[in-house]
Amino acid sequence: MQHTLEEFIRALRAADVRVSPAEAIDAARALAVTGYADRELFKDALCVTLAKSPDEVARFDAVFETFFTRDPLSPPPSAAQEGEREEGGEAGEAQSSEAAQGSPLAQMLLSGDAAGLAQSMEEAAERAGVSEIRLSTQRSRMTRRLLEAMGVAEIEQIIAQARRQAEGRALAERLDQARKGLVAEAQAYVERQHSLYAAGSARSLREEMLAKKALNADGGIDPVDLAMMQTLVKRMAKRLADRYSRRRHVANKGHLDVRKTLRKSMAHGGVMFELEWKLKKIEKPSIVAICDVSKSVAAAAQFLLTFLYSLNEVVERLDAFAFSGRLISVNEILDDHGVEAAILKVLQTIGFQQTDYGRALEDFCEQHLDRLDRHTTVIILGDGRSNFAEPRLDLMKQIHDRSRSIIWLNPEPESYWSQGDSVMHRYERFCHVAKHCNTLAQLERIVEDVLRTYVPH
Amino acid sequence: MTISTSTARSAAAASPLASVDSLIDGLASVGYIASRRIATALYMAANLQKPILVEGSAGVGKTELALSSARLLGLPLIRMQCYEGLDESKALYEWKYGKQLLYTQILKDRLGDTLAEAQTMDQAMERLHGMGDLFFSEPFLEPRPLMRALKEDDGCVLLIDEIDKSDEAFEAFLLEVLSAYQVSIPELGVVTAKTPPFVFLTSNNVRDLGDALKRRCLHLHIPLPDAALEQRIVATRVPDIEATLTKELVAFVQSLRTLDLRKAPSISETVDWARALVLLHASSLDPALVKDTLNVILKFEQDIVAVEPQIVELLARRGQ
Repeated sequence: MQHTLEEFIRALRAADVRVSPAEAIDAARALAVTGYADRELFKDALCVTLAKSPDEVARFDAVFETFFTRDPLSPPPSAAQEGEREEGGEAGEAQSSEAAQGSPLAQMLLSGDAAGLAQSMEEAAERAGVSEIRLSTQRSRMTRRLLEAMGVAEIEQIIAQARRQAEGRALAERLDQARKGLVAEAQAYVERQHSLYAAGSARSLREEMLAKKALNADGGIDPVDLAMMQTLVKRMAKRLADRYSRRRHVANKGHLDVRKTLRKSMAHGGVMFELEWKLKKIEKPSIVAICDVSKSVAAAAQFLLTFLYSLNEVVERLDAFAFSGRLISVNEILDDHGVEAAILKVLQTIGFQQTDYGRALEDFCEQHLDRLDRHTTVIILGDGRSNFAEPRLDLMKQIHDRSRSIIWLNPEPESYWSQGDSVMHRYERFCHVAKHCNTLAQLERIVEDVLRTYVPH
Repeated sequence: MTISTSTARSAAAASPLASVDSLIDGLASVGYIASRRIATALYMAANLQKPILVEGSAGVGKTELALSSARLLGLPLIRMQCYEGLDESKALYEWKYGKQLLYTQILKDRLGDTLAEAQTMDQAMERLHGMGDLFFSEPFLEPRPLMRALKEDDGCVLLIDEIDKSDEAFEAFLLEVLSAYQVSIPELGVVTAKTPPFVFLTSNNVRDLGDALKRRCLHLHIPLPDAALEQRIVATRVPDIEATLTKELVAFVQSLRTLDLRKAPSISETVDWARALVLLHASSLDPALVKDTLNVILKFEQDIVAVEPQIVELLARRGQ
């Protein structure tokens, strides 16, 4: 049972349920208390010790069912059923049965011993190392290995031998049938092992690839990947927010705030009954995000808006703006709609028009400049391609002077900056950080840097 | 066979922790209808002496589980509500600074007398040393919930409510308490619990808890109940209610949960609604009544506006 538990835990890990050695020990202790007789109790006991979040509970349930559920092997046609046919070839049967006597597998196949077969398959699987399976391409090889470990070669020999004698035909036929059934069972077994141990790693590989995929690649993001991308972005934004959006005051024990303490002591005739400690104030991030949704960044725009949306959900003080020709505030749209509807609405209202950075900055400075103060970080998402219009660097300077910092994330690599109609290099002067940001992984790193500057560690 | 079951039953009555089934029965007797998974978690917690981390959306009965367990086991309940900025001095212990100050003030006058008797400098110093220790001893210690829980010699139920609202630093501080059931006070030494308390932590998932804390706890997620379980819960909590009304009301709430709402009604809302309907002497649901009492189950204006036009349809769907 020890071994089975270890295998089960390995399957859980493959399904992205983190199980530490200490938890594995807890699980073993829990099982010592509950025993193995009651399946429900067994499952619940493992669940409370191993799965540590609602997601993990769901994955635990799935893995548990796949791992511990064994469909009873379909019993091979037993001797009794075919009794009538055998009567004729009694003598020959006896002769080749002798050969079959030597092989326990053949006996099990002939007598239709499903439980025995299942057990021998488990043992063989362990010898063949089926649970080591990693890739879907290994399936057929693993099946072959499993069958060999069960001793299928012997069966084949017996069949071949029986076929040579006329009397042994019936036996050979029956064994062959049973062998085919066994092969199908072995395939199903390997398939199940594959879904247990290897499917999870394939998914995490895909997520990893997606995090590194260029966002403005030709054709944008695959619609299939889009859903996964959105969950990835959401998780990212949540992680960032978890880390930075709480804790405004940290009590700084050990540093007496003398001024406050003396003032409080007035009430007690100068006796310092109440002590006041110094507090360290931590500012919450205040962010103004301006997102370009024009034609030139069309591929990335959807993704940038997704990120903006997620950020809006987790950062309390975020003002979001979008522009292509003119600039509008998209706070309300992001607040009132679901993520897909919101993105669609923003793109419908303002997207895919001719970019005019000068005009957008003008709009911003006229209507929303009061939003900026020395605590605000301005994040601009855009390619800096202004269609040869006046870039209005003076307005950019004004924003620069009023805000704490400006961060420009450009989906184009630096070698493209200032080529054609790009005025990126002229804007760059006013940015504290101007970076090429083309993948999810890069984006997370940059935004984390932004948020961290608020939290003195 | 009958003999063995009856003896098993009497044993169960003696100790509700004897088996999972006796726990379910026991909890039901104090008014908490527990699913099998909940009872198993409690059973494991008692046997492995580990804290339980209870998660679930607001109002599914996380806190109630701790309260009921305390009632069932006949142990005192010590409750600690977590909030942003909660620190050791509020959770564990604090020196009674005011009292210390007061005593020093009083003793200042007596100091001359005490020291006058001393013959030599050494003697005087010795007496002063003795007094110093006095101020950092038990009488000046203000035990906070965690310390009180450790000092209950016969055991107790410790409820650490909404742990996700506290800071990460506090979470780290809890680790020692939760794994070894002890705390160290620099002036007094290590305080260890004679009987480890039964610890419940609840979380609303405002933020993700650290892995270190999760590892030390058994994890229990309480989902929203299915219709049958919810009917039993309502019937237990609101005994005056008629069976048909319970059925209708639970079916309506269940159908509300399938809608896309900001805050889906949970068990506590269902129970509140049942109480309200009993007060209004309602015997069955009709659209006007539902409309008037909708604010009991839905807590956001947007949700109420969204549901109101669908009431008739939802009630009709329940009929099928």
